Amino acid sequence: MANIAELKSIASQVRRDIVRQVADAQSGHPGGSLGCADLLVALYFEVMKHNNNFNMSGDQEDMFYLSNGHISPVWYSVLARSGYFPVKELATFRKLNTRLQGHPTTHEGLPGVRTASGSLGQGLSVAIGAALAKKLNKDPQLVFCLMGDGEQEEGQVWEAVMFAPHNKVDNLIAIVDRNNQQIDGSLDEVLDMGDLGEKYAAFGWEVLRMDGNNMEEVVATLNKAKALAGKGKPIFIDMKTEMGKGVDYMEGTHKWHGKAPDAELTAKAMAQLEETLGDY
Amino acid sequence: MLDNIVSTGKKATRDGFGAGIDAISGDNEQLVVLTADLAGSLKIENFIADHPERYFQVGIAEANMMCIAAGLANGGKIPYTTTFANFSTGRVYDQIRQSIAYSHKNVKICASHAGLTLGEDGATHQILEDIGMMRMLPGMTVINPCDYHQTKAATMAIADHHGPVYLRFGRPSWPMFTENMPFEIGKALHMAEGSDISIFATGHMVWQAVEAAKELAKEGISVDLINIHTIKPLDEEAILASVKKTGCAVSCEEHNRMGGLGDAIAQVLTSKHPVPQEFVAVNDSFGESGTPAELLDKYGLSVADVVKAAKRALARK
Repeated sequence: MANIAELKSIASQVRRDIVRQVADAQSGHPGGSLGCADLLVALYFEVMKHNNNFNMSGDQEDMFYLSNGHISPVWYSVLARSGYFPVKELATFRKLNTRLQGHPTTHEGLPGVRTASGSLGQGLSVAIGAALAKKLNKDPQLVFCLMGDGEQEEGQVWEAVMFAPHNKVDNLIAIVDRNNQQIDGSLDEVLDMGDLGEKYAAFGWEVLRMDGNNMEEVVATLNKAKALAGKGKPIFIDMKTEMGKGVDYMEGTHKWHGKAPDAELTAKAMAQLEETLGDY
Repeated sequence: MLDNIVSTGKKATRDGFGAGIDAISGDNEQLVVLTADLAGSLKIENFIADHPERYFQVGIAEANMMCIAAGLANGGKIPYTTTFANFSTGRVYDQIRQSIAYSHKNVKICASHAGLTLGEDGATHQILEDIGMMRMLPGMTVINPCDYHQTKAATMAIADHHGPVYLRFGRPSWPMFTENMPFEIGKALHMAEGSDISIFATGHMVWQAVEAAKELAKEGISVDLINIHTIKPLDEEAILASVKKTGCAVSCEEHNRMGGLGDAIAQVLTSKHPVPQEFVAVNDSFGESGTPAELLDKYGLSVADVVKAAKRALARK
């Protein structure tokens, strides 16, 4: 059983890492990163079977693909905190000669990253390919893919949404971060998605829903999704989150999608987040 | 040497692709083939029948196909994507750029129906910019074989070459003349020794260049004929050795004169051994409907056009 208190504690540290990385670089995407901290902590510290001795093929381990690559600060923090690379390397985020590029890439050889992302709409297709490879390799482990909700506006997503059920890619768990915010405003204003769960279900996906900022619910839902794997259908989780979760002035607005806080606001954010593992 | 280059019949380069796949599919368990609703056009029916578990029909969804291929490569597979050249490049440039080239994925982008010789379908399907687009991607290998045999050899060779590859071939039946000739990625094929002019040709234009060289020989002009099947990485050594001997060059390609083989060669010549160069290529325009022969004639890619270009280059020496 998961130690929910411990996972929450790690998530708090991850949120501090996010704010520090973006503030230090004066560049990056804090809002979506903060919203997805609980999910990524749950995945890497509880739900996924994974090997920190990173290898590209990910044989016999669960794999994670981040499609909305702009939330790299949360992924970098979780990868570092779970042992893929030194935590102090987070200080190089978005700076010259770093492995921690603004958007994740394999180009600089960062352990944990298997395909570059940043241009939206491609991650689900890549995850499908990885899941198909696992089937060919008789590897029973799973592939997880996180996408943004605004990203669902990319047509390629729906090519992938059609493909996976038709081809019974049932070792795939796709999660959409439904914070209802994109750069130019709320999804309702920019391009209304309606009920994403109904849409995925209509294409033949098994659909679950969860509050992505409730650690107990996140762990329970991810475990339920794992139990549904291998039964003929790909699995979709409609994950409601709050953008900027944990930093009061970033919550509930798209304004901190891709903006760095100044020194004063950074201090204010850090004061709201408990340091649990030691800052880098 | 030139007289020994003869056509032993005609087959499409895409048939060479299918034959190449058939030749390696049994031995290479990692080989997987994807298509976007064009299995028949890409000649992969045998593979589908023999290895259904390693075949993926993606439907008319090329972007999805490219990224699925990238994911399969992560799992150690060697994916060959198959569709027309236009839908293999321009339509999915961003997917190739991010998920394949920038991500260093071992994906083989196999593109049929390239160039004017696609014919009657017209400009929407006759891509003439694909070599340029793929050349510009860091780390991408670009191969444009000249006939059935060379396409078969290239299709087999790319499976053993780690990294992303763009393999370009065509639809029409075309003379076959490279049987038993060597094929090595990145190493130009010296087809004929000559002393007056270098002709560098790629794809279907190699045969046009062979015929042009024979015409020129009748007038006493000796052609050093080089088959550039690999446009990137370019065999600079072979190019420079040839022009140092001849002092002038013609490049021949079924592609826009912008960004293709001619530009690649010009970069080598201008920086390392400047000599006059003439370009046989489509002059920065789209194509149109017509038979392959009519189109090659109208757009300046006929044998006579190669002969004329050679004479222009010679006159500038």
